[in-house]
Amino acid sequence: MAEKPESSTPSVDAMGITAAPPRRSEWRRFSRVFFGRKLYLIGFIIVVIIFLAAIFAPLIAPYDPIKNDLPSRLQNPSTEHWLGTDQLGRDILSRIIYGTQISLIIGFSAVFSSAIIGALMGLAAAHFGGWVFAVIMRVADVLMALPAIILMMLIAGMMKGGGIWIVVFALSFGGIAPMCRMMCGMALSVKQNDYVLAGRAIGMSNWRIMLTQIFPNAFPPLIVGLTMGIGGVVLGEAGLSFLGIGVQAPTPSWGGMVMDGQRFLMTNPLISTLPGVAIMLLVFGFNMVGDGIRDAIDPRLRGVI
Amino acid sequence: MDTSSNDKVMKVENLKMYFPITRGLLRRKVGEIKAVDDISFEINKNETLGLVGESGCGKTTTGRCILRLYEPTSGSIIFSGNDISKMPERKLKNFRRNMGTIFQDPYGSLNPRQSAGGIVGDPLLVHQMATKRDVKDKVAELFRIVGLDPDMMDRVPHEFSGGQRQRIGIARALACSPSLIICDEPISALDVSIQAQIINLLEELQEKLALTYLFIAHDLAVVQHISDRVGVMYLGRIMEIAESGELYENPLHPYTKALLSAIPIPDPVAEKTRTRIVLKGEVPSPVNPPPGCHFHPRCQLAIPECSQARPPLRDVGSGHYVACIRV
Amino acid sequence: MALLDVQDLQTYFHTEYGLVKAADKVSFHVNQGEIIGLVGESGCGKSVSILSIMRLIPSPPGETVGGKVIFEGKDLLKFEANGPQMRAIRGSKLTMIFQEPMTSLNPVLTISRQLTETLELHLDMDKHSARERAIELLRMVGVPDAARRVDDYPHQFSGGMRQRVMIAIALSCNPTIIFADEPTTAVDVTTQAQLLELMKDLVTRLDTSLVIVTHNLGVVARYAQRIYVMYAGRIIESGLSENIFNHPRHPYTVGLLNSVPKLGERHGTRKLIPIYGLPPNLINMPTTCAFLPRCTEKIGKCEKEPWPELRAVDKDHYISCYVDIKGK
Repeated sequence: MAEKPESSTPSVDAMGITAAPPRRSEWRRFSRVFFGRKLYLIGFIIVVIIFLAAIFAPLIAPYDPIKNDLPSRLQNPSTEHWLGTDQLGRDILSRIIYGTQISLIIGFSAVFSSAIIGALMGLAAAHFGGWVFAVIMRVADVLMALPAIILMMLIAGMMKGGGIWIVVFALSFGGIAPMCRMMCGMALSVKQNDYVLAGRAIGMSNWRIMLTQIFPNAFPPLIVGLTMGIGGVVLGEAGLSFLGIGVQAPTPSWGGMVMDGQRFLMTNPLISTLPGVAIMLLVFGFNMVGDGIRDAIDPRLRGVI
Repeated sequence: MDTSSNDKVMKVENLKMYFPITRGLLRRKVGEIKAVDDISFEINKNETLGLVGESGCGKTTTGRCILRLYEPTSGSIIFSGNDISKMPERKLKNFRRNMGTIFQDPYGSLNPRQSAGGIVGDPLLVHQMATKRDVKDKVAELFRIVGLDPDMMDRVPHEFSGGQRQRIGIARALACSPSLIICDEPISALDVSIQAQIINLLEELQEKLALTYLFIAHDLAVVQHISDRVGVMYLGRIMEIAESGELYENPLHPYTKALLSAIPIPDPVAEKTRTRIVLKGEVPSPVNPPPGCHFHPRCQLAIPECSQARPPLRDVGSGHYVACIRV
Repeated sequence: MALLDVQDLQTYFHTEYGLVKAADKVSFHVNQGEIIGLVGESGCGKSVSILSIMRLIPSPPGETVGGKVIFEGKDLLKFEANGPQMRAIRGSKLTMIFQEPMTSLNPVLTISRQLTETLELHLDMDKHSARERAIELLRMVGVPDAARRVDDYPHQFSGGMRQRVMIAIALSCNPTIIFADEPTTAVDVTTQAQLLELMKDLVTRLDTSLVIVTHNLGVVARYAQRIYVMYAGRIIESGLSENIFNHPRHPYTVGLLNSVPKLGERHGTRKLIPIYGLPPNLINMPTTCAFLPRCTEKIGKCEKEPWPELRAVDKDHYISCYVDIKGK
């Protein structure tokens, strides 16, 4: 850093080249932010546990989640059934563990399908402007105007059978409009930057500007929205199941469990509150991970940390 | 200095850029912002033409019209023998290769999610002047030219200081060996002690690579230092254009005189003997500019004729042009 | 005796990445009716020093950990930052003009409201006389048609006019000292000339002291009697304006003056001499001189000894450097 310029006309190379901040590895920087804050860490641990539970459900669940055992119905927690049993005598712990599978499958597939469609629509609206913008945004407005739960009920109701993919379809439909609006808003503000202008000035094509200049800058802030969306979709699935049009019995789904247990809220409150707590933890975990990722991938932090 | 005056890189004639002001749902046009109001100038090969003026004088808009980031309302922009003012986008690509740009804000003009090497390599790839394989070597060479360590190619802009980022911007502008580089306030966002580094770099590069610059800035001292000729703009028009030493020693237009006297110089002894012409009032709105000479309401020399007709930019000898009927 | 005497002011910021000594042992004084300049690049601690005096440092993360600010015989640092004594001084006896008038004026209140507020608060004026005074103040700072424009909102004023309003607010309670933090950085040169001439006229007429904080050396050269040059949180050179600009003796000041283009210099006659390297990162700085890595005059002592205190090299001329450019 302290090389002394010797001659009166030093070469350009002497000008502070070596003075750039020292480089840290990408991963160290990421992990320093991500794991440096307690809440993010707690959220991350919750998400990891949920994933492990989903993957290893057959190994860790003590009972079959769908096999009825009427003699031991509505039991309180005991050494045999740690969290008690429901009205059909099924082990609640096992059902919650298996429920993670359904929640994650639905959460991820619904969020990603709505994100892809919504983001493309938003990006196109922001980049092309004019009538493209008007048409896409009006479509999004219409989608937004329909209450999500009614929209979902409509779709789920029309396609009877209640298979899990129909739930996914119904839930992802509701996510398109918010994603489209978020993407459009971000892309419009990114477009104001001089580097987009610079891209045009060097002769980049519209597509290239959209994909290399606008999208990489508009997308990361939406990751928070996406991870939070997973929480939201799980909630939505719970709502549909609660209304009886979601994942059909006897498949263990947290929302369905909350609905099943509500009749016994006074006598056996654990039946519906425990899956409720599981939903809450999942939503919290994903929200924290979203916040953590957003902070950790922010390039503005590079060189500072 | 100017060895071959026939060797014009660019010729701008009667350039006008009016931005419509629209209102309401139907985008009814209710007025126009006359950002650039009929200006003409030429840029010779291997020279630096400076454009100075205060904010809203149209200097940046002029630069962006030349880059065809805006489509001019009328007028012609002759570049390498072709008028690019109305050229459709797909034909423009070949001309864009020959123009480089350096932006004001070293923070905003570099994509924060792209590596420095990627940013500098982009123009090469866009214009197929390098393949994916050899782009790295070419970018490394550009890094060396602007005084950056090629080892820092895969860092992102935020890992660089302001001055270094501006060097990245300069490397990007140089990438395709352009015949004209438009520098839009390239140093005004930098710290005082860094500004000189960038000015010197631009001068060294011009010498080494025989570059031609259009240097747009509000700081007359800087513009004068770097430019061969300087044009002074006010409210969308060029008021005076002259060789840079001549403009300082023999300013003719009352606005140029006021502008020169308003620039503070870091020398208290000299300041004591300097008289400062303090202009009255403020720059009028470009939506509704004054009739005749745009400067007449603030001018000390103004006579009734000044508000009648627009004074033409007339030659007063040795390449000195002034748009004023009172001098 | 000096009107305001700042002694060894130390303001530190505790950041996630380490301790930032934003202002370190800053000492200066302001005399009655004097214009002084506080000059330095961004991040050198000039604004932090002023905000510390006004007790406006956000805490946390900032903290004024040492020094004295003697004003009218009392140490302002002894007062609570938002206590009654400080509130009585701030905005009336010590006032500020900020760089960006749009953000320092409240956009939803009329100019009259913002002017009369301070008058009613500090001078106990009634509504009517406060309004009269507000109009008078606007006239004084050269706002045309003041009686009508007093009821306008900030966005109806241009940048230069808003800065005039800021000057009017700063003047409203007959202040003893006005601190102007980059008052003309956001405006054009011709407007800058208007504003600077106006401020000079007003402070001379009202016998008020003015502290101009700026990165632009030229801005203070014409008006300030004394100059303090700051670098990396410290004052590194101080003295009379003529001495600082015409006979600078600290390598940084010399470098800074050599690196700016001079008006009227013919194109191609002189190459600028830049200061190499970068301004220092203020986090966890070494104890040696902060300018050392960029210095072209350094001697062996500089590498070993800590950053020197200010020393007199001439009458009223101080530098904090082991080397004295003129003495060499």
